[in-house]
Amino acid sequence: MRFVLLFSRQGKLRLQQWYRAGAERDKRKAARELMQAVLARKPKMCSFLEWGELKVVYKRYASLYFCCAIEGADNELLTLELIHRYVELLDKYFGSVCELDIIFNFEKAYFILDEFVMGGEIQDTSKKSVLKAIEQADLLQEEDESPRSVLEEMGLA
Amino acid sequence: MSDVVERTLGALPALLGQHEPGAGPGGAGGPHRLSASSRLGSLIRNITALTSKHEEEKLIQQEITSLKAMVSAPTTPLRLMKECMVRLIYCEMLGYESSFGYIHAIKLAQQGNLLEKRVGYLAVSLFLHENHELLLLLVNTVVKDLQSTNLVEVSMALTIVSQIFPREMIPAVLPLIEDKLQHSKEIIRRKAVQALYKFYLIAPNQVQHIHDKFRKALCDRDVGVMAASLHIYLEMIKENSSGYKDLTESFVIILKQVVGGKLPIDFNYHSVPAPWLQIQLLRILGLLGKDDPRTSELMYDVLEESLRRAEINHNITYAILFECVQTIYTIYPKSELLEKAAKCIGKFVLSPQINLKYLGLKALTCVIQQDPNLALEHQMTIIECLDHPDPIIKRETLEILYRITNGHNVIVIVQKMLDYLKETKEEYAIITLAGKIAELWFIQTMNAVFSVGGDVLYPDIPNNFLRLLAEGFDDGKEEKQLRTYAVQSYLALLEEESVFYPQKFLQVMSWVLGEYSSLATDVDPEIILTRLHNLLKKTFVTSETKAWIMAAVTKIASRASFSKTVDKLIQEFSSSLDTCMRQHTFELKHLCEDKVLMKGLLPFDASCNDMVVDASLSFLDEFVAEGLGQGAAPYKPHHQRQEEKLSQEKALNFEPYGLSFASSVCSSGMAGRQSPTGLSFGSDTSGNSAEMGHKETNTLKLEGVRKLWGKEGYLPKKESKVGKEDEPQTVSCSSLLAEGVAERPVSQPDQVSSLSEEEKEKQQLASTLFVGLGSSSGVSLMGKVDLSTQKFKRKSKIDEAQSNEEALDIKPSLCSSDTVEETLQSVKRHGLDDKLPDSRLSPLSLFADSNIEILQPSPSSQCENANKTVLLPSLAEELEELPHSEVAELCQSDALALYLCKVWKDDSLLLVVFVSNKNTSALKAVNILESPACQFSVIEAQSIGCCQKCVCMDKVCTQGVISGFVNYQSEMETHLEFSVSLSLLDFIRPMEMTTEDFGKLWLSLSNDVKQNIKMPSSQVSFSAALSVLHQKLKLHIVDIIGNEGILACQLLPSVPCLLHCRTHSGMLALWFRSPCSALPDGLLYQCQKVMEES
Repeated sequence: MRFVLLFSRQGKLRLQQWYRAGAERDKRKAARELMQAVLARKPKMCSFLEWGELKVVYKRYASLYFCCAIEGADNELLTLELIHRYVELLDKYFGSVCELDIIFNFEKAYFILDEFVMGGEIQDTSKKSVLKAIEQADLLQEEDESPRSVLEEMGLA
Repeated sequence: MSDVVERTLGALPALLGQHEPGAGPGGAGGPHRLSASSRLGSLIRNITALTSKHEEEKLIQQEITSLKAMVSAPTTPLRLMKECMVRLIYCEMLGYESSFGYIHAIKLAQQGNLLEKRVGYLAVSLFLHENHELLLLLVNTVVKDLQSTNLVEVSMALTIVSQIFPREMIPAVLPLIEDKLQHSKEIIRRKAVQALYKFYLIAPNQVQHIHDKFRKALCDRDVGVMAASLHIYLEMIKENSSGYKDLTESFVIILKQVVGGKLPIDFNYHSVPAPWLQIQLLRILGLLGKDDPRTSELMYDVLEESLRRAEINHNITYAILFECVQTIYTIYPKSELLEKAAKCIGKFVLSPQINLKYLGLKALTCVIQQDPNLALEHQMTIIECLDHPDPIIKRETLEILYRITNGHNVIVIVQKMLDYLKETKEEYAIITLAGKIAELWFIQTMNAVFSVGGDVLYPDIPNNFLRLLAEGFDDGKEEKQLRTYAVQSYLALLEEESVFYPQKFLQVMSWVLGEYSSLATDVDPEIILTRLHNLLKKTFVTSETKAWIMAAVTKIASRASFSKTVDKLIQEFSSSLDTCMRQHTFELKHLCEDKVLMKGLLPFDASCNDMVVDASLSFLDEFVAEGLGQGAAPYKPHHQRQEEKLSQEKALNFEPYGLSFASSVCSSGMAGRQSPTGLSFGSDTSGNSAEMGHKETNTLKLEGVRKLWGKEGYLPKKESKVGKEDEPQTVSCSSLLAEGVAERPVSQPDQVSSLSEEEKEKQQLASTLFVGLGSSSGVSLMGKVDLSTQKFKRKSKIDEAQSNEEALDIKPSLCSSDTVEETLQSVKRHGLDDKLPDSRLSPLSLFADSNIEILQPSPSSQCENANKTVLLPSLAEELEELPHSEVAELCQSDALALYLCKVWKDDSLLLVVFVSNKNTSALKAVNILESPACQFSVIEAQSIGCCQKCVCMDKVCTQGVISGFVNYQSEMETHLEFSVSLSLLDFIRPMEMTTEDFGKLWLSLSNDVKQNIKMPSSQVSFSAALSVLHQKLKLHIVDIIGNEGILACQLLPSVPCLLHCRTHSGMLALWFRSPCSALPDGLLYQCQKVMEES
């Protein structure tokens, strides 16, 4: 996978993660063009888009578009399901997720994505273990003020 | 302990569920978090409330200024810093530059507590890219966190490493990450594998030594870790599938377990067991089984089961099915499976769901050439999809059509493509589709393509077009029709005065008009000439195009008896400032004065007729003799002159010897044999047989070109009737003269006839050698489709026949064997090993330099071995003296044994393969295929055949494998596989130099690698350690000064690598430098190995 974009129906970027090095300017240009291309698609069209040498797989959930760029040889349907799994994870974590959750807690959405996809490859397909990892880290957040020894007691250290 | 976590986590969802939108799950968190979300929240809310882009900019600029002040204030507490980072990330996402914060993100990751660290790392991964200079500052933090006892810190460090890490700093963290492979927590092991995968992608050399640890990961008890290791395996198998055949069974077993639902239920996705894992495995199996019947055999069962199990109507099962189908069509085919897969494709194609339909079309595209019946079966769907409202579906359908185009359907298909081309605005689509249409070729279409695509088209598109037009078809009538049509359509196009056409298109037009305008009998040549004349006056026409136009004018003028326009043109341009134009005009003028000569020179439709070129320039003999008689110096070829000049000057020559004109042939890419720019090469066809043979089969036929320009420049003819004294002697490349003025050198008819005899032979050879190429690059509509060998399976018979022919042709000259009665076995290129991607030990062309000899053992040994059936081969005498390895057995069967000996020649690695026949009867048709390819028609009983092959290393790697197999016929045809492993050391040779040279070279090299390695305890002295390096690695010891030593070696053919080493406190500090970045890595690895061994 080359990159993941989340953007709204109005063409506002909500999240972006790039897995290949590239200049900031190119990324912005690509994101802008891609958003235009995806937003111009009609609802009955298929969820794939040829994007130069890459293929873009996108899916709309409520007002939010989830978009992944993959290589030509990759499996489009699987990528579609990867998006779906990510949405499931967000949903489970936020408890029926909506766009606002992602806007206001986008760093959380990033954490979940990073736990799920690492360096462009899906890392963990088990929903439980992804959420466990996130929640472990979140737990630290809750226990932020308490000293380390507590963490060690919990078996995290 | 972990159940404690589990229980605590159990309570979490309830906690998390309470959040209100906007506040996030942290709504119940501490006070500072609330302020964080409210700060960010208000920013977001404010921005959402804004209506204009301008206002947004203003607000963000304000925000950025305040953030800048805050992050750079030294008193800002880290928790505030964390909030700032989150807001910065937001600003960056909106597209506003905030590079001032990058360094603070790194600081936060370094200094913060877990929570702040997490945000710091996230910000780093979003802000920076792999080559960002600030990234180096992160390395220390990562190292520290990797060593932490805290699980979360380690996990964060691993995550960032696999997201973004500077390539050159990998050695700093590699050992730490390797350690993590043994970590007790599976999440850490998994992330470590992921990080190593990342390293493998960006620097494969660096992780070469841990391949066996990958195997351990593959066998990990945790499914997640195992699945992660598959990423690495997929990559490695892509590079070199032959090295991992032994794992096929393991992969099959894993897939069987997954499909059979043996995995923990956690890994299910919509009640399908671990689909990602399944697909990964299917891909790996596809790569392993490609063109390999034996390996494919192992996977048939599990593939069938996968097909059967994937029943539920859900996207994810379709994803698996799709991958299954691809694998089935990739591996060695099995008809039952193919049938099932075809049925499966049908399911996709007929699905009402558009996504599935798309994938169905994609699958069809892949397999259609293997199975054209599928296209017939689904023709209705294909036709429907052709007019589908979704352009993506249309594109894919066109792709299918493109692959099934033939002479009958080309017009329709091209029309469809053109329609699409007109609609689309996407640049990439235009480029690819235009290329396809050009291949499918049709005049009208070409006009549109040329006008739309214009000068951005690849130059060979117009060339191919002209070639096709010139060579024509079998059917004379159709041919004439087509040409007339072309002429008419171009005239119509030129009629419109003020239209701009791309240069390439104008060139095509003028060539066609020049060649074929007389076919259009209803058009007055005067009109055509006027059109061309008008064109010449246009300012946008480049001088190259003008040359084409002038050539056309000359051709037309030769057919007309008298033309006002030509006269006017001559008048107008004979004073042109453009030298080329002026010369063309002069040529035209002189030619017009001698119509008979002109007619003879420019015969109608002769562009395809081969002409005989007197390459030896014998017609000039008299002239030369005369010149010599008058005391002129004898002619010396260019290179000789240059050598002489050099020896006089005793200076280094930096110019390449003998400027090659071949490159200009390619670059100016000409199709028309009588077209102007092609002429300049004519003089360079110096009768070199190989070159001639080659060119005959090439698109460029130069025979039609008259010899005008020699190495000395223009070759004036004595008997020339036209005075040329006043003509500029510039080396104007596109001289029209060649066509115009030159007389055919027919003065020596006997020589011509002898030459043409020779010519015929060459042509025959060329046609037998290149028959396959010619037919595919010629009129074939599918010329360019690149297909894996697998897809050609059904056509392979032709290939075999061809290679047979080729082999037969050459063999007698190579083998001294007396009986050539056997039909040679099919020389089937084995796709799998074809490329040897990992080793890149590019085998040279099949027969290029294999010296095949049949060794007859002495009669006595024959008697001795009669019942022992063991024959030990030995090297030829001249090789025996060179350093060489033991003669080792590669493989053997009942009938024959294969031995290999590596000879480390100074300039190359020579592989000598011995085939020993253990039988008491002769073996027939022994073919060694793949890298050291050679064949023996017969190996006599009890004797040894021997062949040798030079190997070189294309890409530096520490280890490479060449594999191949032997085919032979004893009672039945037998097939025996073998592989030869080669090490980097096989290609390393000592490099002798002085200390001064070393110093100079050292400074000029840029890639360096430093590493400390432990001195082996047994090795006490420094010089002893160096001598180990000298002996084992073939490094030349340049000098030893105290506790420092310098060594040098080269990688064949001539990549130097210098090594500086010194000892201190039991360590050996190695410092490599080389112009090749991968070489030091490889050598370092070898050094480590030999030091450990000694």
